[in-house]
Parts: sequence; structure tokens; C-alpha cells
Amino acid sequence: MISLEDVRVSYGPAVALDGVTERAADGEWLCLIGPNGAGKTTLLQAVARQVRHGGRIEVCGQPTGGMSRRKLARLVAYVPQRPQLPPDMTVGDYVLLGRTPHIGYLRVETDADRRISAELIDRLALSAMAGRELRTLSGGELQRLVLARALAQQAPVLLLDEPTSALDLGRRVDALELVDTLRRERSLTVLSAVHDLTLAGQFADRLLLLDGGRVAAGGPPPSVLRDEVLRPHFGPRVEVLITDTGDRAVISRRPPQGTAPAGPAD
Amino acid sequence: MTEASPNPGSPDAVGRDLAADPSGTVTPGRPPADAAGPPPAALGRVRPGRPLAIALAALVVALAVGVSVGPADLSPATVAEALLVRLPWHPALSVPAIDTAIVWQIRLPRVILGALVGAMLAGGGAAYQGVFRNPLADPYLLGVAAGAGLGATLIIVGGGSTGLLPAAAFTGAVGAVTMTYVLGSGAGGTGGSTASIVLAGVAVAALLTAIQEYLQQQHTQELQQIYTWILGSLSLASWSDITLILPYVVIAAALLLAHRRLLDVLRVGEAEAGSLGVNVARLRLTVVLAATLGTAAAVAVTGLIGFVGIIVPHTVRLTWGASYRIVLPVSMVGGAAFLVLADVAARTVQAPAEVPLTVITATIGAPFFLFVLRSRRTRRDLS
Repeated sequence: MISLEDVRVSYGPAVALDGVTERAADGEWLCLIGPNGAGKTTLLQAVARQVRHGGRIEVCGQPTGGMSRRKLARLVAYVPQRPQLPPDMTVGDYVLLGRTPHIGYLRVETDADRRISAELIDRLALSAMAGRELRTLSGGELQRLVLARALAQQAPVLLLDEPTSALDLGRRVDALELVDTLRRERSLTVLSAVHDLTLAGQFADRLLLLDGGRVAAGGPPPSVLRDEVLRPHFGPRVEVLITDTGDRAVISRRPPQGTAPAGPAD
Repeated sequence: MTEASPNPGSPDAVGRDLAADPSGTVTPGRPPADAAGPPPAALGRVRPGRPLAIALAALVVALAVGVSVGPADLSPATVAEALLVRLPWHPALSVPAIDTAIVWQIRLPRVILGALVGAMLAGGGAAYQGVFRNPLADPYLLGVAAGAGLGATLIIVGGGSTGLLPAAAFTGAVGAVTMTYVLGSGAGGTGGSTASIVLAGVAVAALLTAIQEYLQQQHTQELQQIYTWILGSLSLASWSDITLILPYVVIAAALLLAHRRLLDVLRVGEAEAGSLGVNVARLRLTVVLAATLGTAAAVAVTGLIGFVGIIVPHTVRLTWGASYRIVLPVSMVGGAAFLVLADVAARTVQAPAEVPLTVITATIGAPFFLFVLRSRRTRRDLS
């Protein structure tokens, strides 16, 4: 469970989050949407305590403010938008890094840590490449890899910043399906930032629309993915199409083109 | 929701992992975890075994060459006998007292001091490269060399006893790094960024070097003595030097080695290491403290020996990979071997005169390092 109360972040004079109050229940997937600069990444970073923030953030009923890094890392696993991937580290070693909050200072991994990591490598279909170096992995494999490292923390809260930005459409859906399966399997509370509004609506329990560091709208996807809610923030040409299966697809229509479609010139 | 905290050593840790999951669900069709997957022992065991064995063999060879070579022209057999004769349970041997003295009072302290200093400089360099995530970091990054140089220069131009040199150099080195750390981490908010500490180190080193150069300019009659100290030498090595620096080197090396896993965590960057539960500011302070005390003690008795802290760790990385579980121990042993051999060159190429050690470490080290750099086909992670 995550509880945000009047969370504020500023970078010098620039206000990135301007008093966000919100709760995410146990096992819920709350998806942050909004235009560039809305404060989605900053909100995730505030929960992960990567930026200084005002207001109060509680995870599992405990304020994160005075918590040690180690304790926070046992409660919150954070996958940044562009994780740093040491090219010659192996898949197995990388996933084991996720056990860090459970390993005493100056201690090394135990067999239990290795077993938990091996189980996750298996679960995320990375067994075949457990001994390979990260530089040899594809984008989709790397995506599963960083998820495996985050899950190795065994934290009840998972923060994902644009987990699919590097993937093609098919891989995006695969990655989000995997997150959905895993969060049900482990009853994780997921807070994610997703640019693609259509995918956000298909996977999240609830959407939180941020703009200018404030909550502009929030609720189940059908209540947020509406023309009149989205247009003030994404532009007047945004349009929500409802498919025959009830999915909401968000597109941006181009303005009518003055000339005939470009054909072969004669 | 409960905080999952596996009991290390429990044979049931994976079951516990799933049990800690409040839903208690297991994906249908998934076999029980303990029956699936690769044997966990195969996972994440970076073992420095082979590289360490190679480095140790190199060190043994270097030590043997180091005690065998010298102006006194003793045969290897004489050297071996002279070594044995001082042992409490030695066989009956008759070795001239002068030969025993040469081996035990001149050559042995020299190679042992060289090994200790080489190990410290290479290990300190490796640790600095890890904690500052900068492949150009060396053990002198935060002003150890400039501070030690100024301390030594002050004693020499002030006419102090040469017995005071180590204390003055050590004080100067530790003082310089303290100044760097306080100024650099005070800048730009809590804890300071790595970059601000490194930049403060550059500024402090420039300032102290300028003062030192001004002093030596004003005392040209001591120029030779100052330069001899700055360029580093093992020619005055004695057992008392070894006992003086041994505690620092042992404690520093043990502390750095103890941080090898955390330095590996830091390879994903400070922000991600923080989100994995590492207190980065504390890690950085501890590593800097250990590396500073060790290198300050080392240069206090030998003068400034350059280049070891850069080329040895990078040679290890380029050859065996960048995990600090390999880089730290292998650099220490390899650095010891490298400096002992460099010192053999320093006292033989122009015998009976000695060439400054930094001249040797750079002229042997740079071409060798360029060769290693060129001969690697794959790109390695150098930080």
C-alpha cells in the first residue's frame, strides 16, 4: 500500500510536484499518465526517495522519511526508465544485485539468495542466458532482466518508470502482461508511469492523470480515457476510440491535409 | 502486507519466498521451485581463483628475482642459503655473514616493502575507480600525492631530519584528502556528488602543488633531494619501514576487500545502488578513508610512485572482467608483483646508479598497458 499526502518536489525554482495526494491499495496497479514534464517520473522518484520531497509518503503504513535505505529497499523496488547495465556483468550476477537489501553490510550472498535469484531467472524465462553478459541481450530480454532484479528485492511495492519504452508493440504487451501476472502472483502494488495511454488503460486498475505537477484526474480507465478529460492536457486532436471489445484506444488525429495524398510525381 | 525476509541458510528459502507472498498463489503449471531451474550454485559465483593463482605465481617469481638481483652478484644458491640460515630450524649451512646481511638487511626488506606498496597503490586505485566510477581515478585522485609532496618538501627545505619525512608526508596526504572531502562534499547539498568531490580534489592538488613548487623554487640547493623523494624509490627500505606501514596496509586492504560486493552493486550507478539499499555516501567515505590511509602510509616511506594504481587494475579488468571480486584481490597481488619487478629494473638498468621508480613504472607500464588495451577484441566495462 502506498499513501501520498501533499507530496511536493521542486528543482530550484521549478516546481515538479505541487501537492499530490493519492493512495494505492494493496495489490493495485496505479498508472501515472500525463504529458511530458507532468511529474510522473518525479513522483516515482519521490516514492523511491531518489529526490527530496515535501509532504508525507507512507509505504505499507510506514513513513519513508526516516527509513534506512536498506529498509526502504525491502519495501520498494524501483526500475528506472533507463537502468544502467554494466555490459560485461552476467545475467545471474545482475539479478543477484536485487538481493542487496537482504544481505548484511560487508556480507556476501548466501545459497538462499542464489536460489531466490535462480527461481526468478527461471520464472522470467532467462535461464538459457543466465551465464551470458548483458551486452548480448536483446531489448525484450533486458526488460525481463531488470524486472527480475527488482523482484529479487521481494518488496511488496514495485515502481516502474516507462517499462516498455524501448520495446516494439508486441513486446510492450508481453512485458505488461508479465507485470500483470507477476503482480497477481505476488500481490504486488504497482505504481508505473506509462506514456502509451491505450496500454495504460488496458492494464491499470486505475489511472492518475498528472499535469504541471498536480493531479488533473484519476479513476478507473473508462472514466479518465475520455476526450473531454484528455484534450486539455494532450491537445485538442486527441480522440478516444472504443473498440468492439470495449478497449479504449487513444489516437491523435492529424489536421485535414489541404492537398491530395502524395502520389508519384509526373 | 508482510516484509519478505528469507532466513538465510534455510533449506526451504524458496518455499518461504512464495509463502511470504500473501496471496499464496502459485502460477498453474509451474513446477515447484525447488525442482526447477539451474542449480543455484552455478549462479553468481564470481571466483577470482584462476586470475588470483596467476597473480600469485607472478608475485612469487617477482620476489625470487627481487632477492636474487643486486650489485653484490650473489648466486641464487647463495641467496637461498642466506635466506634459510636465518630461519629457526635451518639445515646446517655455512654462509658468509656479509651475504646473509645483504639478503636480510638490504634485499628482503626492499622487495617486501615494494610488494606492500605496490599492493596498496593498485588496490587503492581499483577501489577509487569503483567508488568514483571513473576509469581515470588513481589513488592520488583526492590529493594524496600533492599533500605528501608538500609535507616532504616542507621538512627538506626546513632542514628537518629525514626521519621526519614519513610523518610529514603522511600528515600532508591525509590533510589534503580531508580538505578535499570536506570542501567537495559540502558543495551542492547533502553528501556532495562524486563529481564535486573529484573536482575539489583537482583544486586542492593544484593549490598544494603550487605551494610545493614555489618552495622548491626558493630552495634550489635542495632540489635534487626533493626530486629524489617525489619520484619515489625503495633504495632506503628497511624493516622499520615495513613495520611502520604494515598495519595501515593490512587494515586498508582488508577494508577494501570487504567492500568488493558493494563496489559491484555500485556498477549500476549511485542512484540505482541507493534504491537497492546501499548507503552510497557511507560506502564512499569508508572506501576513501581506507584507500587514503593505506596509500598515504605507502608513499610516506617510498615517495610518490605513479601509474601503478591505474595500469594494474585496468590490466586485470581488461583480462578477467570488471567484477570487484576479481579486480580488488588480483590487483593487490598483481600490483605487488609489478612494483617488485619495476624496482628490479630501477636498480639494474643503470647500475650502480638507480633510476627513479616512477620513471620505470611508466616506461614499462605504459607500453604494456597499451598492448593489453589493443589486444582485447571485446569492449570491457572500465569503471
